Amino acid sequence: MNALALEGAALAGRNLRRVRHAPALTVMTMTMPIVFLLFFGYVLGGALAMPGAEYRSFLVPGLLVATAAGGLMTGMFQAAQDTHRGVTDRFRTLPVGRAAVPLGQAAADLLVSAVGMVPLVLVGLAMGWRIEGGALGALGAFGLLLLFRSAATWAGILLGLASESEEAAGQLGSATFMLPLLSNAYIPTEGMPGWLRTVAEWNPVSAVTTAVRALCGNAPVPDGAAWPVAHPVAGSLLWSLGLIAVLAPLAVRRYGRR
Amino acid sequence: MTTTYAVLSEGLEKRYGEVHALRGLDLAVPEGTVCGLLGPNGAGKTTAVRILTTLLAPDAGSARIAGHDLVRDPAAVRRRIAVTGQYASVDGDLTGAENLRLFARLLRLPRARADELLEEFGLTGAADRLARTYSGGMRRRLDLAASLLGRPSVLFLDEPTTGLDPRSREAVWDAVRGLSGQGTTVVLTTQYLEEADRLADDIVLVEDGRAAHRGTPAALKALVGHRAEVVLAGTGPLEPAAAVLDRLTGSAPVLDAERRTVGAVTTDPALTLPRLVREIDAAGIHIVDASLRPPTLDEVFLRLTGRKETAA
Repeated sequence: MNALALEGAALAGRNLRRVRHAPALTVMTMTMPIVFLLFFGYVLGGALAMPGAEYRSFLVPGLLVATAAGGLMTGMFQAAQDTHRGVTDRFRTLPVGRAAVPLGQAAADLLVSAVGMVPLVLVGLAMGWRIEGGALGALGAFGLLLLFRSAATWAGILLGLASESEEAAGQLGSATFMLPLLSNAYIPTEGMPGWLRTVAEWNPVSAVTTAVRALCGNAPVPDGAAWPVAHPVAGSLLWSLGLIAVLAPLAVRRYGRR
Repeated sequence: MTTTYAVLSEGLEKRYGEVHALRGLDLAVPEGTVCGLLGPNGAGKTTAVRILTTLLAPDAGSARIAGHDLVRDPAAVRRRIAVTGQYASVDGDLTGAENLRLFARLLRLPRARADELLEEFGLTGAADRLARTYSGGMRRRLDLAASLLGRPSVLFLDEPTTGLDPRSREAVWDAVRGLSGQGTTVVLTTQYLEEADRLADDIVLVEDGRAAHRGTPAALKALVGHRAEVVLAGTGPLEPAAAVLDRLTGSAPVLDAERRTVGAVTTDPALTLPRLVREIDAAGIHIVDASLRPPTLDEVFLRLTGRKETAA
């Protein structure tokens, strides 16, 4: 365990240095949600039934969760790059624990994503979004976001390690922006046709979004929703912990596969 | 005195679906020697190195690396080896120094050891530049430095000089010779016959996933003999010279009308250069050059594996 901590920390340090040397992807993933916030909040928001200010408050938690879901993309990019540029194989030949490399990547990503939330939160606050659930609620929302980010990143690491090529991982990674579109992150699910609403509400993004909205006091839990949305905090915890419990061991196994 | 083998493999097999990459590869590399795995693309060299460096599990066969069982105890093998090659690379998005310090930390070595190797490989000046901005030669040196941090017993080099300019190639060769002089066992794969010739104590010709031939560079060459060649003056026909070479060597001469040369391979130790020149002169043939040389490894390879295309 001590060895894993030491090696994991060294490798997390490597991933953090990479972000410092090649910040383009990180900066993009930090600014995209702000662009979305302005675009959805002011341009598309005008066409919705909800008043603009109310919609923007509704939107900020959705974008925070969508950004957390972006761990799927960054995790995949990074793991695919390492795999197809020979870096992963170099690590594999070292006397280093099999869990250390993926764990180091996941830990570094979590740290970067926590900092990456700050600009979106600041712009959101400037646009009138308020945390009305108190410090405890805010802390809870932050914790759920990080937990969900971690689940998304492990999924990305697994897919990146298993990818055919960097290009394939890039295309698949870019397609993951669809994930929050099919949820309640940008628009309420109540207006969707029955089957689509069911699909959207079983999307883990919806549970986490609903939980963040509830904890921040932005929007109540909707009536008649599927179980994970109706019980958003429990739903988010189960989704995130469940995904991590399955995907992290799979990713470690995939990394160690010979 | 018994020989201790740093690498000892028996019947290694690997299959990728329909492709049989290795069909029973046996290797025996004595400690402190350089073994060159020589062969064309697709012969199975890289698969062999991937198996021996614990990246792939063999479908069949066994191997001991530095005394540890490759299949049962890959972790122990990893403590004794290092790999530099086309597929196992340093991180281009880190600086040279960051790369080496990362490896040093992972190997529980002091940071000073990383700086020592930067110095040794002439990378101190470029230490704070991103590795992806390095030239091919610098990058290979960084790669090699990373491999040597932990003072491995067995170093695997997969095509260590592919794509390098002649000067960088010489630098890598010098480094390999130096290591071998210090007792490190080196297993290298190469498509360059010259490289195997210059570095290896033993050469294994790999073809179709097997060791087609093995021996010292000199022994492999002796097996094929020498190559006699004359360059004709004027514009006359090549055939009379071909007849003389045929008689002297007992093997079919090769005629090159463009270069005006006739060459043939011989294993007869009685055929010397003066005798070759005298016989040609006695036949009234005018030549501007004559030679009797050891074959290149290219020729060895073509003869021993019966391949038409060249290896390089």
